[in-house]
Amino acid sequence: MRDIGHEFLAQSLSKVIPLRPFLPELIVKGVQYRASDQVQLDIPTLSISGRGISVILGPNGAGKSLMIRLMHGLISPDAGQVTYDDLTVSGKGRARQAMVFQKPVLLRRSVSANLKFALKFGSTPKSELESKTNALLELSGLVGKKNQAARSLSGGEEQCLALACALARSPKMLFLDEPTSSLDPNATHRIEAILHHASVLGVRIVMVSHSMAQAERLADEVLFIAGGKLRDRAKSQDFFNGPTSVEAHTFLSGRLVP
Amino acid sequence: MLKWVLTALVMTIPSLAAADFIILQSTTSTQNSGLFAAILPEFEKETGIEVRVVAVGTGQALRNARNGDGDVLLVHAKAAEEQFVEDGFGVSRSDVMYNDFVIVGPANDPADVTISDSVDSAFQAISDAHAKFISRGDDSGTHKAEMRLWSSAGFEPREHSGKWYIETGSGMGATLNIASSMGGYALSDRATWLAFGNKGDLKVVFEGDPKLFNQYGVIVVNPARHPTVKIQQAEQFFNWILGENGQAAIAAFMLGGQQLFFPNAPNQ
Amino acid sequence: MTGFGDSLQLAMGLILSGDESLWAIVFLSLKVSLTAVAIAGLIGMPFGAFLAVARFPGRGILIVMVNALMGLPPVVVGLSVYLMLSASGPFGVLQLLYTPSAMIIAQVLLVLPIVAALSRQVVEELYGEYREHFLSLGVAGVRTIPTLLWEGRFGLMTALLAGVGRAIAEVGAVMIVGGNINHVTRVMTTTIALETSKGDLGMALALGVVLIVLAISINAAMSFAARSSARYAYA
Repeated sequence: MRDIGHEFLAQSLSKVIPLRPFLPELIVKGVQYRASDQVQLDIPTLSISGRGISVILGPNGAGKSLMIRLMHGLISPDAGQVTYDDLTVSGKGRARQAMVFQKPVLLRRSVSANLKFALKFGSTPKSELESKTNALLELSGLVGKKNQAARSLSGGEEQCLALACALARSPKMLFLDEPTSSLDPNATHRIEAILHHASVLGVRIVMVSHSMAQAERLADEVLFIAGGKLRDRAKSQDFFNGPTSVEAHTFLSGRLVP
Repeated sequence: MLKWVLTALVMTIPSLAAADFIILQSTTSTQNSGLFAAILPEFEKETGIEVRVVAVGTGQALRNARNGDGDVLLVHAKAAEEQFVEDGFGVSRSDVMYNDFVIVGPANDPADVTISDSVDSAFQAISDAHAKFISRGDDSGTHKAEMRLWSSAGFEPREHSGKWYIETGSGMGATLNIASSMGGYALSDRATWLAFGNKGDLKVVFEGDPKLFNQYGVIVVNPARHPTVKIQQAEQFFNWILGENGQAAIAAFMLGGQQLFFPNAPNQ
Repeated sequence: MTGFGDSLQLAMGLILSGDESLWAIVFLSLKVSLTAVAIAGLIGMPFGAFLAVARFPGRGILIVMVNALMGLPPVVVGLSVYLMLSASGPFGVLQLLYTPSAMIIAQVLLVLPIVAALSRQVVEELYGEYREHFLSLGVAGVRTIPTLLWEGRFGLMTALLAGVGRAIAEVGAVMIVGGNINHVTRVMTTTIALETSKGDLGMALALGVVLIVLAISINAAMSFAARSSARYAYA
């Protein structure tokens, strides 16, 4: 992958994502999620608003993926509710959000057909379909491969395409579930760059990560989860300089969190 | 894809809109011997009516016609045919032609059927020897005739079903195939036997008893029961096959230099 | 008794000589069976997909039933269709008995459960892969069916192939509802049955060889098409 021109990325992105001065608020209220009679996740209250990148950190099995799935309305809590822009995320609220999965989900079609599919579901007017497709191809660095089968791309290219598809809907909030966990540094770099520019333009990013380094590079704030509970929430700098909770402290020092 | 499907659908329509035709419910013996292939083109040329032959056993042909699925019948089980007309399913019935049944069996004739002087003693010989006998067992004209012959000989062979008496439940040809491979005896109409291509070790072991007479009849299906019956064309066929040309055509049909069916329409 | 070698020779002779009545029979077989599969596909694929994605009471029972009907005996189907289309049956007025249309109807009923059951399997697997993604896009349940059918197009091709195989090799149903009428409803399998009953085993085997060659060709052509485009799409 060639070196990414940041200006070029920002330019391509601006054709899809408008500059948004205000962003809606996500509110989690009294949410509990149980599986086999055990509470997997318990978030009494949480609000995410404004611009920026929130990175969710935590040990394996802490409930990180569960949390963003609940916030995106892919699963429903057993108690409490999640709203976005005052709309429930299991209903209309989800339409203003998008999500990128750990393993990229792509249709068995060409690269540009994947983008067009996503654009159509984002109710893009027909007249803008071509120009937006081109912008997203530029963004994902796949202009030369637009007619190639999406599932024949490399892992990094696939995830870039999946991210472009998610952005095609011009979401106001974007969830990502460890999007770079199996990618090489080049692809990781491109995805991080896109996320950075998207957040500057007006996409609130909420991302689960396994990588402390990534969180340090990218995060404006860190949400630390352990044992299904939100243990810590702090500005990135503050979190890495000295978290308040014992669990986060233990986690950062590389030990097992109980 | 869709275009292809539509084209395929449209292709099926011409077969529905075919010209004038009648359905003739008939038996496998007349079909398999090649009789229809020989005589029907003449009728079609004379009248322009296509005859579509459904060749099944006589029993099934009569049942299909009872349901109204046919315009004319040409079968061979006189009692059942007369019953059919009496029950109001047929308009008129007439003898049309005859041939005879033969008993076929393995060339070495283990039951010594060949020396019998009557069909009764032939069946007795088979029964006494417990020699394999392959029966149609399908309620066809031949099967009905076979059952009549057994009871005339004083036997109820179905008591031995599955032992030496084998009921195939299939057509004449299939039954002959089984007789050929099992080395068993069977009753067959002569036409099917002569046209049969897989005789193997089989040969005719008994023939000539008057009881082996095999009468074919033709019946027009009653349109009062089933308005879909094409009565006019059906009667045309009825008259033709009983008339001079039809009878001559039947007489002229030869297989291997042998006449297979003998016309005997009454009003000739 | 004709040997297999002789029959093979007879078969090749028949095929190479372009025997007109043979080709008429082959063409009718293809017309009937491919039309039946096309219709069964148009109904069975969406229905199978529906069973895969929809959740309703009785779904489990319905799936078991569709799976069981895959093994429906052709003769039973033939008999049922005969009773429906017979002049004394409910659809007798349509006068479809002993026509290719009747044969198509019978084969649609035979093939439909196969296409539906296999389509359900294909789509259900895909649905597992795409469910959350579609939900994220705001599409759920039955509204995902068109996309899933397109995504599963290569797997569905196999379902259709299974249907073609069943239809073209089937004799019990078409014999009863078609009547094996020469030049009208005589197809390869009924001709084979007829030639066998005439004791003309050579001819019957020859036609059998044609049928097998044809089945292999259709399969090969379709799976070649599927595989080359599947490679393109990395399905």
